[in-house]
Amino acid sequence: MRHSSVLTIAQIFGSIIAVFIGACLSAASDSDWELEPMKPNLKDKASLQRGLGLYVNFCLGCHSLQYRRYERTARDLGDIHKDDMLDYVIFTGQPIGDYMYSSMSKEDAKSWFGAAPPDLTMVTRVRSPKWVYNFLKTFYMDDERPFGVNNKVFPNVGMPHVLLPLQGIPEEICYGYEAVDLLAREPILREKKLEGILTRTDRDTPIEQLDPLEGRELNCPEVAAIPGTGLYTPEQFDQAAYDIANFLHYMGDPSREVRVSMGRYVIGFLVILMIFAYILKREFWKDVPKSPRRVREEHTTEL
Amino acid sequence: MSELILGSLMSDSLENRGLIKRSMTWIDQRFPWTPTFEKHASKYYAPKNFNVWYVFGVLAFVVLIIQLLTGLFLTMNYVPTAEGAFGSVEYSMHEVSWGWLIRYAHSTGASAFFVVIYLHMFRGFAYGSYRKPRELIWLIGMGIYLVLMAEGFFGYLLPWGNMSYWGAEVIVSLFGAIPIVGADLAEWIRGDYVLSSITLNRFFALHVFALPGVLVVLVFVHMVALHHVGSNNPDGIEIKDKKDEKGVPLDGIPFHPYYTVHDFFAVIVFLIAFCAVMFFAPEMFGYFIEKPNFQIANPIATPEHIAPVWYYTPFYAMLRAVTFPLFGLDAKFWGLVVMAGAILIPLALPWLDKSPVKSIRYKGRISKFMLGMLVVSFIVLGYLGTQPPSGFGTATAQIGTLVYFLYFILMPWYTRREKTKPVPERVTGGH
Amino acid sequence: MGEKIPGSVTRRYLLIATSAVTTVGAAGAAVPFARSWTPSEKAKALGAPIEVDIAKLRPGEILKPEPEWRGRGIIVVYRTPEAIERLETDHRRLADPTSKRSVQPAYAKNLTRSIRPEIGVYLGKCTHLGCVPKYYGKVQPEKFDVRWKGGFFCPCHGSKFDLAGRVEKNLPAPTNLEVPVHQFENDHILHVGIDTGEFDE
Repeated sequence: MRHSSVLTIAQIFGSIIAVFIGACLSAASDSDWELEPMKPNLKDKASLQRGLGLYVNFCLGCHSLQYRRYERTARDLGDIHKDDMLDYVIFTGQPIGDYMYSSMSKEDAKSWFGAAPPDLTMVTRVRSPKWVYNFLKTFYMDDERPFGVNNKVFPNVGMPHVLLPLQGIPEEICYGYEAVDLLAREPILREKKLEGILTRTDRDTPIEQLDPLEGRELNCPEVAAIPGTGLYTPEQFDQAAYDIANFLHYMGDPSREVRVSMGRYVIGFLVILMIFAYILKREFWKDVPKSPRRVREEHTTEL
Repeated sequence: MSELILGSLMSDSLENRGLIKRSMTWIDQRFPWTPTFEKHASKYYAPKNFNVWYVFGVLAFVVLIIQLLTGLFLTMNYVPTAEGAFGSVEYSMHEVSWGWLIRYAHSTGASAFFVVIYLHMFRGFAYGSYRKPRELIWLIGMGIYLVLMAEGFFGYLLPWGNMSYWGAEVIVSLFGAIPIVGADLAEWIRGDYVLSSITLNRFFALHVFALPGVLVVLVFVHMVALHHVGSNNPDGIEIKDKKDEKGVPLDGIPFHPYYTVHDFFAVIVFLIAFCAVMFFAPEMFGYFIEKPNFQIANPIATPEHIAPVWYYTPFYAMLRAVTFPLFGLDAKFWGLVVMAGAILIPLALPWLDKSPVKSIRYKGRISKFMLGMLVVSFIVLGYLGTQPPSGFGTATAQIGTLVYFLYFILMPWYTRREKTKPVPERVTGGH
Repeated sequence: MGEKIPGSVTRRYLLIATSAVTTVGAAGAAVPFARSWTPSEKAKALGAPIEVDIAKLRPGEILKPEPEWRGRGIIVVYRTPEAIERLETDHRRLADPTSKRSVQPAYAKNLTRSIRPEIGVYLGKCTHLGCVPKYYGKVQPEKFDVRWKGGFFCPCHGSKFDLAGRVEKNLPAPTNLEVPVHQFENDHILHVGIDTGEFDE
């Protein structure tokens, strides 16, 4: 009897602790791929502007931002001039005051992709900026998928790797054993063409994680582009992915900056008001005679 | 609040000039302003030993005002159709000047309402505020709580996000668990074979018109009843039993100005907390606004994990805790019974408590332990309700449900049996 | 209440100070609600400046179809040299010949009420109760006026305006037709709703 009640209390405490952990770790992810950290910075207008440029060139063709107008975006991203917007951003011939629609019709989208590509105005709020950043960086070639690519963060995603011209051809870097290599305990690559970049990975680390009996199972913890196949260097591509994620972070909650700075003033004001209210309360309550202290001990209650 | 302060300011400084006095006389001959003010404020004697638990009633009133005001302004940009609802909320967020503030105030207010109400109810549990002669205040208060739950439920569908949709779908389907009439009832609530624009329209009407009206009336009645019998206090003794020669309770102080200035301070402290959430973390890490609700409702794609908003999760956990059929009726039905029972059982509190004392201060050890367990079980159940179902979770929820019900069911036994402490003649503690 | 209580002066000042701060707070809290009634991004986008192609406009005509700006028709009239000459005479018939009481940008507060003498741009909204004045451009007797010199006639209550939108005396409309802000990009393109001055020489 006693035993079970102890267990219950332990369970209860465990659950309470879990609440706090749960509250801290609220990142949503479809796969167990470990997300690389990414810290959005709305003050970096240059990054946001580059993100806008990349977005309209590579994403807006399919993914609308239909709750947002070009004009407001231009204003928020550091007063981009109307002519620049019309020349470099708005490819659909819409007026600047219009919503950022994609140029693809819903019917076309359904026949091409099976489902209409979702609107991405609030994607960072459904997921997170970090998720978007990692998603953009973890496409890899996979002949079994209809578009020839798959994604680590969003497995079996139904879209092509639109940033491929920038990144180059991304391949999984896999470690594992072929049966014949068991004695050598040397990791080998699944794809020969990746040999050129093998040197930059640590050959030793993954070995322990693998079960030698499952020799043909491959562990593919990295994705990297084949050098020379893309316009960007890996660093430039990381920056591009960051800029897009940062831009979408702005998009999801455009009032964020105003909200936070306004919040500081409002709370500052309320603290001042609180001080006044406290002094006022204390002044009036001088009239109220104090009650005797609360008696806590049972044996003193006779007094 | 500030009007009252200003009122006292003016009457204090200008009284002798006659103008105010004459105009007050003029008004009083036509409207009982002064008697009303005296009855409910300047000559309403409240116990002087209120502690921090006694501010949540006022705070609930403040949140009600916030919700009525922001709700009114939200309707100005809201389109109650399946096609337009989601877009119109985003229109408020992206396009209306300060629309985001109004929307976040309303969403934060919804959660704040329940935070404050749960603490207010806990105060009632702890100090026996439901005991004679305050049974009706308690019942009216429970009525407010039930209406508030309905209000929250109907309101949650309105943004037409994916969680809105599936949350409402799950709850409406619950009614389908009622034997015989269930399926027809669920269909009648929806007005359609699936949740649709038709459902949204009627939920909108109830949320913005019917229930707020009922709420305001109930709050008014709640306060009239309270001011009729007088407030309880942490010692659970009646201050009206000891009066001076003028008939003023010895331990009472006029609500105005003492508690107006006191509560004004409390309101400001509350507003600081409220604004901190609203400005810095309006989603409250997915607890106040859930992530899937930033996606438009999709009748063919359920979010990976459906959980109601946090304020319903204790009861939702109890619903899921029932996993076995009984008397030939399936578990779904009994889950509904348990959930409804858990929500309604506090209505019986005034008649379950047989203790000779009201306040937890003077009750015995068992009462204190049971109240503590009630709080722990409620929090644990609340957490479990937000989590995906699991074997361990279900077992814990079953224990939690049992503990919750035992608090009420065993109350007549343990309150009669346990040894209580002597209650003081006059109030203790306070400021 | 009336009797002096200790510290009552302190209390009075404290009350005044707290009430003042509270009032500021309440006013601040009211701002977002009041501001939410101002035109939203959507309304602003719909009310954005428009570009009007006036290449096809001929002397003696108004632009058809009438361009729309902020939900109202814009009258763009091409006046002949004779019509411009007529504007200089016959001021006795007019209620506000020098546009003192009427609404127009400074650059249109002149005789022809326009930037270019020949092109007039007016809001198609009678200053009486908002009906749309109709264009009667020819100098010929009309049903409503046998000595008509060309201009606009409001069918609702019979107000008459000349070709510069100036209202005639003793008629319901109190002031001349409003001139919206506008600018010419070149001979063919007119912007209504914006006057940045960027195309001025």
